[in-house]
Amino acid sequence: MTTEREFLISPGPHLWRGLSVSQIMYFVVIALMFPTGAAIYFFGYRALSVIGVSVATAVLTEYVCKKLRGQAFVMDGSAVVTGLLLGLILPPTIPLWMVAIGSIFSISIVKEAFGGLGHNIFNPALGARAFMTVSFSAQMTTWVLPMGFGADAVTSATPLSGVSDWQQFDPSAYQAMFMGNTAGSLGETSALLILIGGILLLGLGIINWRIPAVYIGMVALMAVALGQDPLFHILAGGLMLGAFFMATDYVTSPLTNRGKIIFSVALGVLTVIIRQLGGMPEGVCYSILFMNAITPLIDRYTKVRPYGLVERVESAS
Amino acid sequence: MNKLGVRLKKKGTPYGVKVPESKLTAKSPIERAPLPEKVIIPLHQNIGAPCEALVKRGDKVLTGQKIGDSEKYVNAPVHATISGEISGTTIVVNPPTAQPIEALVVTSDGADEWVELDVPKNPEALSVKEILDRIRGAGLVGLGGAAFPTHVKLSPPKGTKIDTVILNGCECEPYITSDHRVMLEYGEKVLSGLNIIRKVLSPDTIYIAIEDNKDDAIDHMEELIVAMGLKEDFKIIPLKSKYPMGAEKVLTKMILGREVPIGGLPLHIGVVVHNVSTAKAIHDAVFEGKPFIERVVTVTGAVKNPKNLLVRFGTPLRSLIDYCGGIEGKANEVVLGGPMMGFSQFDLDFPVIKGTNGVIVKESTPIREQDCISCGKCIEVCPMYLMPTVFPRYVKAGRYDACKEAYIDDCFECGACAYTCPANIPIVQYIKVAKRELTKRAANK
Repeated sequence: MTTEREFLISPGPHLWRGLSVSQIMYFVVIALMFPTGAAIYFFGYRALSVIGVSVATAVLTEYVCKKLRGQAFVMDGSAVVTGLLLGLILPPTIPLWMVAIGSIFSISIVKEAFGGLGHNIFNPALGARAFMTVSFSAQMTTWVLPMGFGADAVTSATPLSGVSDWQQFDPSAYQAMFMGNTAGSLGETSALLILIGGILLLGLGIINWRIPAVYIGMVALMAVALGQDPLFHILAGGLMLGAFFMATDYVTSPLTNRGKIIFSVALGVLTVIIRQLGGMPEGVCYSILFMNAITPLIDRYTKVRPYGLVERVESAS
Repeated sequence: MNKLGVRLKKKGTPYGVKVPESKLTAKSPIERAPLPEKVIIPLHQNIGAPCEALVKRGDKVLTGQKIGDSEKYVNAPVHATISGEISGTTIVVNPPTAQPIEALVVTSDGADEWVELDVPKNPEALSVKEILDRIRGAGLVGLGGAAFPTHVKLSPPKGTKIDTVILNGCECEPYITSDHRVMLEYGEKVLSGLNIIRKVLSPDTIYIAIEDNKDDAIDHMEELIVAMGLKEDFKIIPLKSKYPMGAEKVLTKMILGREVPIGGLPLHIGVVVHNVSTAKAIHDAVFEGKPFIERVVTVTGAVKNPKNLLVRFGTPLRSLIDYCGGIEGKANEVVLGGPMMGFSQFDLDFPVIKGTNGVIVKESTPIREQDCISCGKCIEVCPMYLMPTVFPRYVKAGRYDACKEAYIDDCFECGACAYTCPANIPIVQYIKVAKRELTKRAANK
């Protein structure tokens, strides 16, 4: 009989959407290929080697950490995402051994020491960038103009660091900033390709539109309020990459939509404040790290009102 | 638009999940399953009290003869579903409760000889009390899944005014098509049953809620309503298909904008929701004097020929699956009910009971639970606006009181959260553990 076989039982629901954590991670990797492509196009072999070292070290560190913690190593793609992101937010001329140290720090300290994926408080790539900025401050603030695969690197200021008085900024540079033909961290210069990757993730339903929309919108608003050019603030520095790929990190951003909006508004305010008043030109990294730390608090105060709660209060009174 | 004029605007919800419908049997007419050689009739097939056996081994019984009943009010009696002899008793394990239940075994004499049906001479003249007695006597329970005795649901406590009745033809569970086919093939009886419900509860408004993946059923019911001259009385509400649209609490919110209080029932907000198949069974019980001994069951999934079968209760699952051509491929799990809220059953000698609307054969793939990555997808989909992400965390830490404070009582275990969870966390299972523990603690107080 066809019915003679071993049957299993399992808890419901007996259907699953089928989008797993590692699939999400690999979709993020695919989306990150757009800014990665821009990095390679503009910064040539330097981009390839920095990103390569960062990703390889991240995966290797994850493997060693899992073995040391006596857990199974799963190639879930999260270490690849962290390695990629870290590579994309480093300056092109950074020595490779520093990249390796940063990558080890991101996975071992910022991620695994807190319990691994799902338990980390801070975005691992940004945590490592902050660590590297403190440890290797000279190398972390040396910028070059895009040189592709051929030319020698020419040191330059980034738009943000170069323009202390932004009003003297030449608006014709906007096109270069939008396309990515400007000095800056490897993957943050091309707003266009970050946008393509970001829209891909939005379309797949992997990231929530509220965070990038509110964050970028808030930065623009703050710029207008301070009498500055909002477009410059949007295109300059790491805002686009941060808004689409870092602030949207599930683990370190609030759970509810209300929480996400509060989180993003605060991010926008902090970013512009640091850019204008802080001792360093860019504020995206530190504002996201700061808001990562506030996230549990936001979650606590933005709980959803459950169905049927109001009615119960009314009927009880 | 359909031929009867402008259709009401479809209502939809941002909550819930889009599940592949897989309604393989939507176009398969209801077939009568062959009568089994023996049936197993569990004595406890409703959410209330179990029945006491009224017969003993060796007794001859007729089809439709009452063989189990109880003094308790919240209970529905059980009947023999074939004629023959009581050949013994057995124990079956009902998956939802995992409690062993005593069951009577009836061995067929092959004649299917019925008891004499008590057909009312003038059914329109029956009093409310007579109607309720007939419904209880027939052993009717709600067929949407919870198996709540129907006469109880039709008797709201004194002082509770029921202003709205919703007839539920949503059938939002994937795969299952039994309600769909009942609407198409027994539409008149469904509406007649709804008329009986109206007589008992005298509500101000009556809605018929049907999901838009059953357009043919919407059209058919609309035509019948017009033909029966009930256009002013029954309003069809087409709803955008989404799981769990057919849950009572979701329907009251969608159609009336009213929320059932946490831990409460729809009747607390003046609403009673009945399933379309229940309405059909109410008609059979009241107008035809028929005891409740069979229902439509969708047998589907990895079987050779998926079918909608009219099945006598007590028929073993094995005979239904064999009748549908047996199991295909490597399928190794049998789910009773819908795939979202149904329960696995490993024992194919287990019988179809009153609450069984579907039998789904599928391949089970063991899954690995990962750590929560706080993506918040479960919060986005929860139709009760809960934060399901907290429950596994609290249960693992033994913090059951925190579960209560997170409104775990609001959850009706639809499984939308676990369906969408990328980390594959069996959230519903954790919630069940917490609910059971909280019930146990409350009982010990």
